[in-house]
Amino acid sequence: MDADRMGRTLTRIAHEILERNRGVEELGLVGIRTRGVPIARRLARAIAEITKYEVPTGALDITLYRDDLMRHAVGPQPVVRSTEIPFSIDDKKILLVDDVLYTGRTIRAALDALIDFGRPKSIQLVVLVDRGHRELPIKADYVGKNLPTSLAQSVQVHLQEIDGLDEVEIQES
Amino acid sequence: MKDLLAISDLSGEEITLILDTAEAMREIGERPIKKVPTLRGKTVVNLFYEASTRTRTSFEIAEKRLSADTLNIAVSTASVVKGETLADTAMNIEAMAPDMIVLRHPSSGACHLLARLCRSRIINAGDGMHEHPTQALLDAFTIRERKGRIEGLKITIVGDLLHSRVLRSNIGLLTKLGANVCACGPRTLIPTGLDRPGVTFSTSVDEAVAGADVIMMLRIQQERMRGAFLPSLREYFNTFGMTAARVARARPDVIIMHPGPMNRGVEIASDVADGPYSVILEQVANGVAVRMAVLYLLAGGAEGSEN
Repeated sequence: MDADRMGRTLTRIAHEILERNRGVEELGLVGIRTRGVPIARRLARAIAEITKYEVPTGALDITLYRDDLMRHAVGPQPVVRSTEIPFSIDDKKILLVDDVLYTGRTIRAALDALIDFGRPKSIQLVVLVDRGHRELPIKADYVGKNLPTSLAQSVQVHLQEIDGLDEVEIQES
Repeated sequence: MKDLLAISDLSGEEITLILDTAEAMREIGERPIKKVPTLRGKTVVNLFYEASTRTRTSFEIAEKRLSADTLNIAVSTASVVKGETLADTAMNIEAMAPDMIVLRHPSSGACHLLARLCRSRIINAGDGMHEHPTQALLDAFTIRERKGRIEGLKITIVGDLLHSRVLRSNIGLLTKLGANVCACGPRTLIPTGLDRPGVTFSTSVDEAVAGADVIMMLRIQQERMRGAFLPSLREYFNTFGMTAARVARARPDVIIMHPGPMNRGVEIASDVADGPYSVILEQVANGVAVRMAVLYLLAGGAEGSEN
């Protein structure tokens, strides 16, 4: 997936979001750190271009909610970054945004984290890439691209804001 | 890193990692639900051989916000009064397999002894006149937040230098991050063995506070004084006490810090302690975030890299 394709995909998802959710005022975008955050901001921009309404956008760090944190006896702890959700999620329709959907464990952690901030009306999941291999009963509501992969492969999403270019690539390891 | 025993064991990068992690931890204290599940199932024992309100409460709140199970042992009610040694107490606690022990003890080096004896991770919450690493970390966090940096700042520390573990930890930390420390106190209370690049000693407060970015006051620790160090507390206040007139000699954006407990009218005047430059209560608030960061980083960190 190149920059052009990524741009059109996000525009399509923005339209799908508006199609399925009447009342843009109820929406809130929350990106999962790291790469979910710029994707959430781009979706906010795309929605603003269509509706002239700025959907509030936040960033969620799920490190402290991970289920594998204390399982490694050796090795430094993952770096914790800040969570910034500058709006109340109570009674909002929250769109949770991440780059790649894989085992579903990140999303499980994100749901736990999000619930600690209040009681949203609903939570919907947006991912740029769904690569399969779920380990938990989790499904995305909006998918940029379904990418069938083997467990030996890894999917890398690069974004302009972080990596200097937009692309999705599959790496053999 | 297995334990946090002293600032001198930490590298500049490790200090920065702790401060950055504390930044993220602080946000948890601003949520409606001030709790994350990170240390679920971990047991932390707070073993305090000295009186403490701030440090013990701060550690306990930090532990609870990370969902650890906490246990407080205060010596006045423990079997120590029946004659048990620190090592025996520690081995007995160790037999119940806690994950971490937070120790405050009146003897320097008590934490190092425990770290050698125990598999549990040890966090030094103040050992005698040696170190109080989490206090120095929260001081650095507060300075960094207020000033945006630590490197190149003039930080003046005034008070009972000799008996202060806060001074030792702070000198270690602040010089590692590139600050210039000026330590000031009566000649009888200036310790030896702390000379290093970036540290100067002074016996004149007026000189020491001139142009300071940060003024850190230390308590006169009468309970540790064995001998005639000071003629009288009133004379001490007149010569070394922080008054508004002395604060005026520092930079206009100076901040005043104190690790607590304060002796108003001994080392610091009330109008300074409650004044606009004072960040004393911010230090207390930041202490929780810094201790959360330390607990988190030690809970899963690599074995044997430091101690």
